[in-house]
Amino acid sequence: MDGPSKGIAMANLTINGKSFTVDVEPDTPLLWAIRENVGLTGTKYGCGIAQCGACTVHIDGVATRSCGVAVSEAEGKQITTIEGLASGGALHKVQQAWIGNDVPQCGYCQSGMIMAVAALLKDKPKPTDADIDEAITNICRCGTFQQVREAIHAAASA
Amino acid sequence: MNKHVAPQINRRAFVIGTAAIGTGLALGLDIPFGGPAMVRAADGSPEVNAWVVIRPDDTVVIRVARSEMGQGTLTGLAQLVAEELECDWSKVTTEFPSPGQNVARKRIWGDFSTGGSRGIRTSQDYVRKGGAAARVMLIEAAANEWKVPASECTAANSVITHTPSGKTTTYGKVADAAAKLTPPTDVKLKDPKDWKIAGKGLKRLDTPDKVTGATVYGIDVKLPGMLNAAIRDCPVTGGTLKSYDEAKIASMKGVKKVVKVGDTAVAVVADTFWHAKTALDALPIVWDEGPNAKVSSASIAQWLAEGLEGGPAYVGNSNGDVNAALAGAARKVEAVYSYPYQNHATMEPLNATALYTPDKCEVWCGTQNGEAAMAAVLEASELSADKCDVHKLMLGGGFGRRGQTDYVRQAVLIAKQMPGTPIKLLWTREEDMTHGRYHPVTQCKMTAGFDADNNLTALHMRISGQSIQATLRPAGLVNGMDPSTFQGLNPKGEAAFGYSIPNLLIDHSMRNPHIIPGFWRGVNVNHNAIYVECFMDELAHAVNQDPLEFRRKLMKNHLKNLAVLEAVAEKIGWGKPAPQGISRGLAHYMGFNSYVAAAAEISVTDGSKIKVHRIVAATDPGYAVNPAQIDRQISGSFVYGLTGLFYGGCTVKDGAIEQTNFDTYNSMRINEMPKVESIVMPSGGFWGGVGEPTICVAGPAVLNAYFAATGKRIRSVPLRDQNITFA
Repeated sequence: MDGPSKGIAMANLTINGKSFTVDVEPDTPLLWAIRENVGLTGTKYGCGIAQCGACTVHIDGVATRSCGVAVSEAEGKQITTIEGLASGGALHKVQQAWIGNDVPQCGYCQSGMIMAVAALLKDKPKPTDADIDEAITNICRCGTFQQVREAIHAAASA
Repeated sequence: MNKHVAPQINRRAFVIGTAAIGTGLALGLDIPFGGPAMVRAADGSPEVNAWVVIRPDDTVVIRVARSEMGQGTLTGLAQLVAEELECDWSKVTTEFPSPGQNVARKRIWGDFSTGGSRGIRTSQDYVRKGGAAARVMLIEAAANEWKVPASECTAANSVITHTPSGKTTTYGKVADAAAKLTPPTDVKLKDPKDWKIAGKGLKRLDTPDKVTGATVYGIDVKLPGMLNAAIRDCPVTGGTLKSYDEAKIASMKGVKKVVKVGDTAVAVVADTFWHAKTALDALPIVWDEGPNAKVSSASIAQWLAEGLEGGPAYVGNSNGDVNAALAGAARKVEAVYSYPYQNHATMEPLNATALYTPDKCEVWCGTQNGEAAMAAVLEASELSADKCDVHKLMLGGGFGRRGQTDYVRQAVLIAKQMPGTPIKLLWTREEDMTHGRYHPVTQCKMTAGFDADNNLTALHMRISGQSIQATLRPAGLVNGMDPSTFQGLNPKGEAAFGYSIPNLLIDHSMRNPHIIPGFWRGVNVNHNAIYVECFMDELAHAVNQDPLEFRRKLMKNHLKNLAVLEAVAEKIGWGKPAPQGISRGLAHYMGFNSYVAAAAEISVTDGSKIKVHRIVAATDPGYAVNPAQIDRQISGSFVYGLTGLFYGGCTVKDGAIEQTNFDTYNSMRINEMPKVESIVMPSGGFWGGVGEPTICVAGPAVLNAYFAATGKRIRSVPLRDQNITFA
């Protein structure tokens, strides 16, 4: 267990309001620290190159693809994952709209989709279709986009 | 309540008895009805029969043998059972029985395979009987307790009422007694017109956990002491693993072991997946790329093109004498089309977790075919069926890819080299993109003949290209012919040709490149529908006829096909002026025993930027178990199909697939999504599929609209190769 690559490299992450100390190299993508070291598996791996958005979390409130962010860049920041989106026992209005509109099919991309939409609504509480087209670029291979759009408008008027 | 419960990990829901080994998986289908002895669920609740468990609090657990990959079958099948059971829908939950349990109970749950849009249509009969039988037993148990004739009792909403006395009880109170009764030998099913739960657009049962991140997919499995594996298979199919330099990565953080997987792959096992992947990326590997290392897309295309020009071919459909009719035609029209390889690219990359000891091998994974996964476990572990099981989890997409079991086999082969340690094998997206089971590559030459009065007298459709079954399921070949090649082109059956033409020949020159093909959502209808429906549009224009009117004349014997086509034509306003700048196209097809049609409205900028504004789609699946989910399958399948049309296409260079991730194999986003208006028009009397058939009509409808807009024909896919993209 010698050598520079074997040293204990601790990072402090604040996720969903809780502090976690994880033993990972500083360049480990935040996605894998969240999934494997912290053990929150709602954040999904889809591509690893920040194309699909399945790993979207909020970092200081900004929707961010966590596969493209090193743990070292996320230290000291407020990270929110899908598990931390609900507050006070109540689902976030986006989650409620997703249930109301029966959005998910396989559901795998939906954690990231919901996180992206929650961030959009924080910036633009009443997004137009054009706003949605610009801001929501997540891939969904089941093709739930029609229901996603309806649910975004439903959440915006909730 | 009212949700899917993830299978309990490290906890066997049933005691598995010894089973017929080996032959267990090959046993003929026993009608899953009643069953042997009562078997309790994990929490001790009595099983009324194999399909229904009722807890004392009246919760109803409906067992669903088919897999849930997003297509909604879990909810639809539960609706069918609940309909006959007469239970309170708000108290319904579901669980997956395991393939090992199915073997142990002589296939009481029937077929686990979830593909070919068969999930509901080929099990609706016996799952409804399962629900009905349970209802009869529950009523009988209540009647016995009250010492009254069962015929005086009725059941509704999980409550049993003795009509003369007004006494009531609930399912939960009599379930234990019901479980001990002899199952009825015959039950009468409801007429679908009397359905109250089935036939309704009820909400899915699996949604709540999918919006909170709580759903456990295969990738999320955690077992005590589990390690993680990353794998790399030879980039060229047919090649092998020559050597690797383990010493180079042995000291990297977290690395536990480097293992050979079969003759073609190497895996790194580490504490975390990230460590395993990082080490694998650094591992020097030498491949023997084998005999296919020089194959390219161009060489495949040339080989297929040779198959278009005569030569031997399997005949899928023929009537009259095409050659004579073409020779005597007043006018001939010809066109050559092509369709490329496509990867499934399920959002959840392939994975499986295996725990092997010399006495037992268990696998946790998402699979479209639990029994095939079980067979892969038996083969790879070399253990008998009573020592193996597969625990099915939710699938992060399937689309046909998870009907294959290559990733299950790999996980077991790795775990076998580390007995007692659970190993989660996860593919990178790059591994997924380059080791797919690809939509087959084909070309097609269409030749039509008209008489002097512009009547279509002859059509020869020559397909040249790959057969899926020849590689994946040779037992499915009939005298060498792959019948599935002729999906939607057959003279009759569940995928019949939708036109009557006096002289017809549809044949297939089978040419199988080394790239492994697979069942990709829709399978062979994706290209066949483009070939037929774009060419029909060409023929209509060739004789200056309206594409709908031209088709209608050939569809007098195909009234169900015509009904869906006319439905979309009417709703899109066919025959009436389109809005400024908008052009329209039509298509229809039959597949998976359903009739489907689409009409598209598009606009085109600079000849190369297509905005798909609106697609009206109709489907007649016979019966509609959940119209809301059918609507979602239609609009969702269009995303998959149009992605393949615009952005898809996997190319081959030096024997390997070139596309490695979503940056080179793109997928449609929400800004490219048309408004989809579905028309679900079940006409009854047959059961058709839903997940796949409609996918195939979006492409030709859009391509025909493109011709209407530009006067140019597009005959090859993907459009990106022709610098055409979404606006």
